Amino acid sequence: MLLVGCIALLLGWAGIGLAGLLRPRSVFFTGRILFPLGALLGLALAALGAVSLVGGGIERLVLPIGLPGLPMHLRLDPLSSVFLVLLGASSGGISLFAGGYFRAGEGTAPGLLCLQYHLFLASMGWVLIADDAYSFLVAWELMALSSYFLVVTQHRIPEIRRAGFLYLLMAHVGAICLLLCFGVLQGGSWLFTFHAMRAAHLSPGWASAAFLLALVGFGAKAGLVPLHVWLPEAHPAAPSPVSALMSGVMLKTAVYGMLRVGLDLLGRPLWWWGLVPLILGLFTIFYGVLFAAVQTDMKRLLAYSSVENIGIVFTGIGLTIVFAGSGMRVVAALALLATLYHCLNHAFMKSLLFLGTGSVLHATGERNLGRLGGLIHRMPWVAWLTLIGTLAIAGLPPLNGFVSEWLLLQSFLFADHLPHAFVNLLIPMGMALVALGAALAGYVMVKFYGVIFLGQPREASLVHAHDCGWLERIGLAWLALGCLALGLAPVQVIGALSAVTAQLIGAVVPQASAHWWLLAPVPGRPVSYGPVVFLTATLAVVLLTALLVRLTYRQRVRRAPAWDCGFGALTPRMQDTAEGFGQPIRHLFQSFFDIERELPAPADRAPRYRIAIRERIWKLLYEPLSGAVERLANTAARLQQGRISVYLLYSFATLLVLLTVALLS
Amino acid sequence: MSAIDWITQVLEVVVALAAAPALLGWLNQCRAWLQNRRAPSLWLPYRNLRKLLHKEAVIAENASPLFRIAPYVVFGSMVLAAGIIPSMGTRLPLVVSADAIALVGLFAAARVFMTLAAMDVGTAFGTLGARREMMVGFLAEPALLMVIFVASLISSSTALPVITEHLASGHLGLSPGLAFSAVAFVLVLLAENARIPVDNPATHLELTMIHEAMVLEYSARHLALMEWAAQLKLFNYVCIGFALFLPWGVATGHIGPVGLLVAIPALAVKLAAAGAGLALIETVSAKMRVMRIPEFLGTAFLFAVLGLLVHVLLGA
Repeated sequence: MLLVGCIALLLGWAGIGLAGLLRPRSVFFTGRILFPLGALLGLALAALGAVSLVGGGIERLVLPIGLPGLPMHLRLDPLSSVFLVLLGASSGGISLFAGGYFRAGEGTAPGLLCLQYHLFLASMGWVLIADDAYSFLVAWELMALSSYFLVVTQHRIPEIRRAGFLYLLMAHVGAICLLLCFGVLQGGSWLFTFHAMRAAHLSPGWASAAFLLALVGFGAKAGLVPLHVWLPEAHPAAPSPVSALMSGVMLKTAVYGMLRVGLDLLGRPLWWWGLVPLILGLFTIFYGVLFAAVQTDMKRLLAYSSVENIGIVFTGIGLTIVFAGSGMRVVAALALLATLYHCLNHAFMKSLLFLGTGSVLHATGERNLGRLGGLIHRMPWVAWLTLIGTLAIAGLPPLNGFVSEWLLLQSFLFADHLPHAFVNLLIPMGMALVALGAALAGYVMVKFYGVIFLGQPREASLVHAHDCGWLERIGLAWLALGCLALGLAPVQVIGALSAVTAQLIGAVVPQASAHWWLLAPVPGRPVSYGPVVFLTATLAVVLLTALLVRLTYRQRVRRAPAWDCGFGALTPRMQDTAEGFGQPIRHLFQSFFDIERELPAPADRAPRYRIAIRERIWKLLYEPLSGAVERLANTAARLQQGRISVYLLYSFATLLVLLTVALLS
Repeated sequence: MSAIDWITQVLEVVVALAAAPALLGWLNQCRAWLQNRRAPSLWLPYRNLRKLLHKEAVIAENASPLFRIAPYVVFGSMVLAAGIIPSMGTRLPLVVSADAIALVGLFAAARVFMTLAAMDVGTAFGTLGARREMMVGFLAEPALLMVIFVASLISSSTALPVITEHLASGHLGLSPGLAFSAVAFVLVLLAENARIPVDNPATHLELTMIHEAMVLEYSARHLALMEWAAQLKLFNYVCIGFALFLPWGVATGHIGPVGLLVAIPALAVKLAAAGAGLALIETVSAKMRVMRIPEFLGTAFLFAVLGLLVHVLLGA
């Protein structure tokens, strides 16, 4: 029943999309009616996923559509339910925001945008419930294509077209790997249902090949370094709700795929597989956060931050597999909980931040951090709601980002019990990188929030910035509420997620505490965390202090100009810029960056300072690769003479060869 | 959780609030003696707080509500942290809700609010201080976390009281892993509390200041809270050090008033020794250039990681 409801909701999304074509130019019709309706369907989907998750059952359905021998298989199990909840709940907020966000006259017409947007949503849902390789890949491609069109909404700008092309290219490199992966997974049975793949017995060599192919395929979609290059290009190019959807939800479909293949279809994983995503994940954390720290474009900064968070998720996946393959099932379940929890967290907090930048972009027309500032006075709603997302993603208690990092660190602390020499030495070192990444994320987020919303406006035009509309406010508030709820109710969330650990690992993390507010999931260790008490205690102390200070010392507060050191000629341009704020990181980790500087000479009349930071990976990997592809294509082009006689010669030669072969055999 | 536990809990917080300014006063006294100066009174920090609390507050015209909230949040975090760290007893009701990782998170939250407030007015000094503070923080925070993880691996828990009880019950000497992390911890403590060689609390020189640059726009009661929070932070860090490396005298288990009677003098003696030790370090070392700070903290981070490696390697 739930699966049918789920299909109906996905079809509903597609229907809303098509309805957008009825009045393609009407902003009111799409923005005020269709998008909020889509948000409602999203919430319904989340509720449905939650019911299925709590029930913990598995539903299957075969629809007579598709290839002749392969009808469409659909399945709803705990793993897909979690991601359906993620998709539905976060897209609810994003769709509401999008309803207020999209305006006429910006690239694609609103109606067409509505179609692409809702097809994107529906295809993501389809990916999550597909139960055979064919419909999975069709849904996967539909997802890639619809998001491609959304990325190039403002297709008149050449950079955006370039970014879109890069995205499409990377999506297809990934898709080819997935195609090959499923080819390996069927194991000679030529049955492409996931059910048959679970039953197929692969030799360790072939299973490893399938795992690595899946890692490349899903890693390209998720943004695992070095396959992340499309993220910092595509996210800034897309309209903000689309960036939010891509970063918050679409990246998670790749995580879903990785978990589905790695832990479900491949059955019992070998422990050393986990080392690959673990090492790549740790590197991705470090790489992403360093690049985020030196960005000056707010959406690029967030894109790199997404790379970092995907690193955390893949670190979790790696740990899960290492533990599961080594027989430490309960600890593996703990690591899997951290992974899933972080996916949920990131969906809410990153969507919130991307939507916040969208409001700023609308109000000011600026994406460059160097031209923003002081917006907390002009846009209080956006500023205060974004603050919640900022604190959450910086991993501060009692918000949600902290919970998943806490769980991940707790599972890292078991690594010294692993039965493999050296590995049990090296994995605890990974903790150092996770901790460093978390601290650097705090740095990045202070920079992001401080430069945009605090301080003085760096441009005179910012005085005219306006706060966002009511639909946008509701959308932002919903996501902020999600951050709070996930932060304060980890016991309940983990209770629901344990259906997934039971399905994939075959173990459940025991909840050691009898209290609803106390999280004590670490097997055999007296460790607990109670966010509600934590928040209450903090609030109590803060309020008590404020009350005491107020009661005891009734002095008034006077407003005066800020201290200018007696200089008298300070301007807002003298505040620290985004470049300035990132300077320590740039200086410390110089060798990581490909820096191009333009410094003024002492005698310059109009001194100019410019700095451009690129990734070394372009010169080291992608440019040689694209050069090689081009050379190969040029070589192949020699065959193409464009004259009919030459092509006839080719046919004749082929025929001769074939005849010779036929005669000889 | 019995009534005595709650009393211990409240007592810990009250003692921290009361003793934190004295610790700073004592440190300054020791420093003055070591430098052949006449020492200021031990009660000077208290008088300063009182003076500040009685003044009229001046706030910059373009300050946002965040600027006014921040001192309370920073102060509240430090008070809460004082309630989590087992400085006198290990049976603390609050600790169930916050382990050592949450403690580090709490410090990070205080830091983030402080830096955001520093950026709020939008003067060059504030943002400069914020940037430098985050530069110190991003290396000091993971180093502290790694120090705690070494102790967690030894005692199989990240809850500070469990760690303290475990370490207090063991042999007297430090395990090799802990020895490395003790060095790292001292470096982190100096950096996080704006002491020489990382920051000089006595000057307002723009080339070097970190903490003072951030609170430059604050006055009166807001400044008092910020200063008191800084003193509490020093107290908390010193107490974390005691909990991890010198857990003697702390009342473990359900020990009644007698245990507390032992714990309070023990804490006083340890604080006095720590203050004198810090004063000595500050006297014999010179303030380093700002861009050298990452090297200093990188050393601390590596020491902590080394401690972890040594611990896992020796399987202790």
